[in-house]
Amino acid sequence: MTQKFLDKIEIPRDRFELRLSGSGGQGMILASVILGEAIGADGTKNITQSQSYGPEARGGASKADVVVSSSEIFYPKAMKLDLLLAMTQESLDKYYPDLKENGTLIVDETLVTEIPTDNYYALPFTRLAREEAGHVMVANVIALGAIGAITGMVSHEVLVEAVLARAPRGTEDKNRKAVEIGFREGARLLKEKTGNK
Amino acid sequence: MAIKKRHLMLGNMACVHGAIYAGMKFFAGYPITPSTEVAEGCARELPKIGGKFIQMEDEIGSIAAIIGASVAGVKSMTATSGPGYSLMVENIGYAYMTETPVVIINVQRGGPSTGMPTKGSQADTMQARWGTHGDYTAIAVAPSTVQECLTETVRAFNLAERFRTPVTVLLDEVIGHSREMVTIPEKGELQIYNRIKPACKPEDYVPFEMTPNGVSPMAGLGEGYRFNVTGLTHDIMGFTTNRPDEVAPKLDKLAGKILNYRDETVKMRMEMMPDAEIAFISYGSVSRAALQAVMLARKAGVKVGTVQLYTIWPFPDKQLIEACSGCKKVIVGELNMGQLVYEVARVLPDNIQIHAIQRYDGEFLTPMQLLEKLDEVI
Repeated sequence: MTQKFLDKIEIPRDRFELRLSGSGGQGMILASVILGEAIGADGTKNITQSQSYGPEARGGASKADVVVSSSEIFYPKAMKLDLLLAMTQESLDKYYPDLKENGTLIVDETLVTEIPTDNYYALPFTRLAREEAGHVMVANVIALGAIGAITGMVSHEVLVEAVLARAPRGTEDKNRKAVEIGFREGARLLKEKTGNK
Repeated sequence: MAIKKRHLMLGNMACVHGAIYAGMKFFAGYPITPSTEVAEGCARELPKIGGKFIQMEDEIGSIAAIIGASVAGVKSMTATSGPGYSLMVENIGYAYMTETPVVIINVQRGGPSTGMPTKGSQADTMQARWGTHGDYTAIAVAPSTVQECLTETVRAFNLAERFRTPVTVLLDEVIGHSREMVTIPEKGELQIYNRIKPACKPEDYVPFEMTPNGVSPMAGLGEGYRFNVTGLTHDIMGFTTNRPDEVAPKLDKLAGKILNYRDETVKMRMEMMPDAEIAFISYGSVSRAALQAVMLARKAGVKVGTVQLYTIWPFPDKQLIEACSGCKKVIVGELNMGQLVYEVARVLPDNIQIHAIQRYDGEFLTPMQLLEKLDEVI
């Protein structure tokens, strides 16, 4: 038996991996596509967006991964997450173990009640969508705004452009508002968190 | 030089752009997950360039329609997944026999039967070679990135036109449904091959003429050349024959026109192979995991490399032997219960140990799983 090597394997550091997870119908896949298009807008980075979902159109677990790198992306799916967005308790329970030790966790506190760490960002995306943006359907876009503010990976303007490029006609105002709420709330949480340190 | 615009594009959509780049003007199909976006993309894009899209009543009609269109001289394609490919195989045989170039995209999903529509698989690897009955030689190519969905579809059209034969593009759900940054090549950047048309007068035309390379010039229906098209074994004029001295040459032609020129079909990517003692052998999405695993294992000091096959059929016997000549062991990774590994075992010499890692639960082989296997066999 020759020497084994598995304990010497290090997770590659030239990738940033995000996972948007929730329940089928919450728009996680669409949100991941918009996020990928926003991050890729300047054409300089390599991006792989992929998803896993069931045959049903509503319900069931849904997740979408976005991998960002300035070099060739070999493995297209996430290996160890830098950021996890969990819109439901089920998705948090399922994917939290995939998050890196100091990875960023963002949860929808409208639907998530039990969080296995103290290190997280919680915002009521679903409630904000319903009560402030005018429609529950834009909860995913509010979450994108929060991700933009917390990670600094996309600017407000670029995200608005990416969202509007995918938004059905007639929903522009709600979506613009949703990005704004997300950025506002994300920036507020980030300030609170970094301010506390 | 201006920086080319890169787009975040779906793998299935990149196939559409590759096909259009190659000159496709006709698509007939029947939507099926996970290939539906190919049909959607063709429905959107073909009318813009004067092409035609038709949704047929089923997959049997779809393959029949594209064979007909190709006989009429138009580059044609369909897209499906395993259940649809199974329905198409009879007419794919018709395309082999009538020597009609067509491209069939198979975005593989879990099977058998309707299986798992949204889950990836590579279990149709052998079907692409042996799907239809009878003696023939198949060509199948396989991309592993979204950019390669474009370039391999172009290559599939080129091979179809070059050899007058159907070509299958084997995607899997992972690649078909991933989005990555894609650059659409400029006109002229990739070589495009078009079928050879007859140069003779119509009255001198021999539709299945025995040419030195086995490929007969192909007239389009309605161009003034008369020819008979039949799935029955036929002579050089296209008429049915049972004569042994005509039947064997016809079958030799079908096989020889490809096998005598198989070097033209081979495409492989080798990474870290020159000093490798162990090699991963794979295609499609598994090659992405293998590349990642190799890069990580190299950092840990393991002499491992990877051989990725872009052409699955005809199997690159000679080139694989050469690529693995310095290896003591190989690990064949695939998303099925073992198909590619049979070919590897057939080809590689006895002094190379062959190991296999297979996954067929609908999930994807991960770099960690490949590394664990490597650790086990090292």
